[in-house]
Amino acid sequence: MDIFGISSQALFGQLLLGLVNGSFYAILSLGLAVIFGLLNIINFSHGTLYMFGAFVALLGLNHLGMNYWVALVVAPAVVGLLGVVIERSMLKRLYQLDHLYGLLLTFGLVLIGEGIFRYFFGVSGASYAVPESLRGGVDLGFMFMPLYRGWVVAAALVVCFVTWWVIERTPLGATLRAATEKPLLVQALGINVPVLVTTTFGAGVALAAFAGVLAAPIVQVSPGMGANLIIVVFAVVVIGGMGSIAGSIVTGLGLGLIEGLTKLVYPAGSAVVIFVVMIIVLLFRPAGLFGKQA
Amino acid sequence: MDSSIAATAASPSPARPTRRRGWGWVALVALGLVLPFVVSPIFVMKVLCFALFASAFNLLLGFAGLLSFGHAAFFGGAAYVCAALSKYVGLTPELAILGGAIFAAGLGAIFGALSIRRAGIYLTMITLALAQLVFFLAVQLPLTGGEDGLQGVPRGKLFGLIDLADDHTMYFFVFAVFCAGFWLIHRTIHSPFGQVLSAIRANEPRAISLGYDVARYKLLAFVLSATIAGVAGAMKALVFQLASLTDVDWHMSGEVVLMTLLGGLGTIFGPAAGAFTIVALQNELADKVGPWVSVIMGVIFVVCVLAFRRGLVGELMALRGSRRETMNERTNRTANAL
Amino acid sequence: MSGAFETRTEMLRITDLHAFYGESHVLHGIDLRVKEGELVTLLGRNGSGRSTTLKSVMGLVGRRTGSVMFDGREVTTLAPHRITRLGIGYCPEERGIFSGLTTEENLMLPPEVKGGGMSIEEIYAVFPNLYERRTSPGTRLSGGEQQMLAMARILRTGARLLLLDEITEGLAPVIVKKLGEVIRLLKSRGYTIVLVEQNFRFAAPLADRHFVLEHGRIVATVQKDELAAKTEMLHELLGV
Repeated sequence: MDIFGISSQALFGQLLLGLVNGSFYAILSLGLAVIFGLLNIINFSHGTLYMFGAFVALLGLNHLGMNYWVALVVAPAVVGLLGVVIERSMLKRLYQLDHLYGLLLTFGLVLIGEGIFRYFFGVSGASYAVPESLRGGVDLGFMFMPLYRGWVVAAALVVCFVTWWVIERTPLGATLRAATEKPLLVQALGINVPVLVTTTFGAGVALAAFAGVLAAPIVQVSPGMGANLIIVVFAVVVIGGMGSIAGSIVTGLGLGLIEGLTKLVYPAGSAVVIFVVMIIVLLFRPAGLFGKQA
Repeated sequence: MDSSIAATAASPSPARPTRRRGWGWVALVALGLVLPFVVSPIFVMKVLCFALFASAFNLLLGFAGLLSFGHAAFFGGAAYVCAALSKYVGLTPELAILGGAIFAAGLGAIFGALSIRRAGIYLTMITLALAQLVFFLAVQLPLTGGEDGLQGVPRGKLFGLIDLADDHTMYFFVFAVFCAGFWLIHRTIHSPFGQVLSAIRANEPRAISLGYDVARYKLLAFVLSATIAGVAGAMKALVFQLASLTDVDWHMSGEVVLMTLLGGLGTIFGPAAGAFTIVALQNELADKVGPWVSVIMGVIFVVCVLAFRRGLVGELMALRGSRRETMNERTNRTANAL
Repeated sequence: MSGAFETRTEMLRITDLHAFYGESHVLHGIDLRVKEGELVTLLGRNGSGRSTTLKSVMGLVGRRTGSVMFDGREVTTLAPHRITRLGIGYCPEERGIFSGLTTEENLMLPPEVKGGGMSIEEIYAVFPNLYERRTSPGTRLSGGEQQMLAMARILRTGARLLLLDEITEGLAPVIVKKLGEVIRLLKSRGYTIVLVEQNFRFAAPLADRHFVLEHGRIVATVQKDELAAKTEMLHELLGV
């Protein structure tokens, strides 16, 4: 079947790939937005912790025989814990300062993380096999869908939805939203905000690690996999704004789709199309598509 | 505002007698003239290029209060343009550098116009994303030579007369350009324009209420900073006769931030001191420890942010107890001056 | 000051409290004692340090010296959320309703700190407006409704000492009247209340004692039964 002269397999195949990429954009920009809302810090190391999650899966498999499904739980737990340590030992001291210091410190963490991993694993990294149960694919008629990719999109949607639901529909989420607005008053109402902040940071980076495990079978697990991704995610965040959870998710997925479509019609442009969209949004809607002003 | 990046910036002390300061400058220039005969001229030229780059960056962050994480686009972009002009068009070095500078100025105008629309952290992310766009262009355009970069760039003859192939001759040219750029930055900081920038950084709403076109000032600061960074990059391309992807990589943007932070945000000599330290460090360590250089840079970053925000020069000035304006004093001074 | 021998416990004892905003010395040695079940007011002009006194009790002020004891416990060493959990409810001057939360979410936000707080049904009975608007975003409520919400949410927690900062500010007389009724109800139930008030006519009939602050010091104390005698002095101090 052909649509606009492109085979439906190519079209939907690329759209699926776009959704896959968009899933990662959504999960990562979601984590960034949640962390920024509460800590007022842009976590440059978000990409590095995503990479860390993928490596936990890889090393767990190679050295401990840890399978993919266990890794989906263990990697976020490990990285979440690391996040707690980072927040308590370093980020906590920056809250009184200009929020640019948070960016600078987390950038330093990127250099440290990348450097260490590059030393032990070189630049090219290693591959991680798709888990048995998700190999192969299914014929949907208009396209052949690789199982693993369908799984990634489904898992990402579920995780994003659960995160949205927790934040927007539960008392815990209400506490988080309140603390984002007026942290001191929330403390005066009897809630331990510092612990809330630490936990939120841990949860945010655990999300990134989850995305890392999801990504491991798709991309090469390499030390650099996070850094280039995070810059694109920054563009996603600028486009969508950070004021709305749902907005971050929709923007991430949408941009992934746009990227996928671009690959179809103008492959060379797919690496930069998101940046171009950012420029267009800045020209016509400077405040971002969904965000409140930072 | 007390804990803003601006607050850690020390201001040049106006209380020191002018005559003593005059001698200080002379001593520095003399030092500069003697150095290439004592240490490798290539090393000093590299330091000077990065010192100028960092000083230009500092103009934007330390004085205008705008954190750009995309300055490599100006530095590396101008490097490519200058290299291409010298290699393919056969322009003389001063014209090639001028071409690079003009390119950087234009790019700075674009970056500035787009990023100023959003405040604070968004501005930084926008500059980063835009610089990444430039990086991808550098990777893909045939002109830039992709992974290999532009090699074999001739230094050419200055004004068509002086052959710059000799490192020592090249050094004096670089030193002269550095001094000119540095002088320009110094003049800008102390000019009315510079004072308005400081006032905007200290209290933007107040500046707006006083009738200043804040966006225009920020844009001008961007263009100026980008142009001088471009000059630094163009020079570097001629010194090493190479323009490569490293020059436009976001690591390069991070490095110039580190140099400025380490040396001292908002100080006159801080960025240069930071540039010297980092370049020297990289020189010594690159062969020995490979990827650990990155780790060391990261550790320095973290330590600086946590415990050393005034930087080398800032700490030095505090130790010497020289009259360091507090944030309030400076705000009052600049506010009253308006 | 009351006599040495009292049958009721002392809920709040502030001794030589000094508070600083940065370099600014705002409170110059406040001494204050409030017994259980009492309602006292902090009167004074703007900037006299009334709100700051409440904030200092809660630990929301930059730096303080001196002692604040709640129910026999020193609280100056505790973080704000721990102070609240001892049984204090704080209603800030700006009301502090969260725009990202619905009315009901605002109401349910503070955790229960002691048993015996009002149940949600009781609260909706006293404040029926809040029930009607329970799914609206908190800040879409009128000023009066927001004030009710700010009070209702601390009544849910079981706190027995209430610190109320300027609850009648900017509200219509009919709302102020309703607030007066609520305060009377709370007093009858044995709550201990410290009221910061600009509106002397509102505060006068409710309080057991009035403290007048000026430049961060208590300059006058007026018992309920001394009100008539000291009216002129009060008018002068407060500029009414």
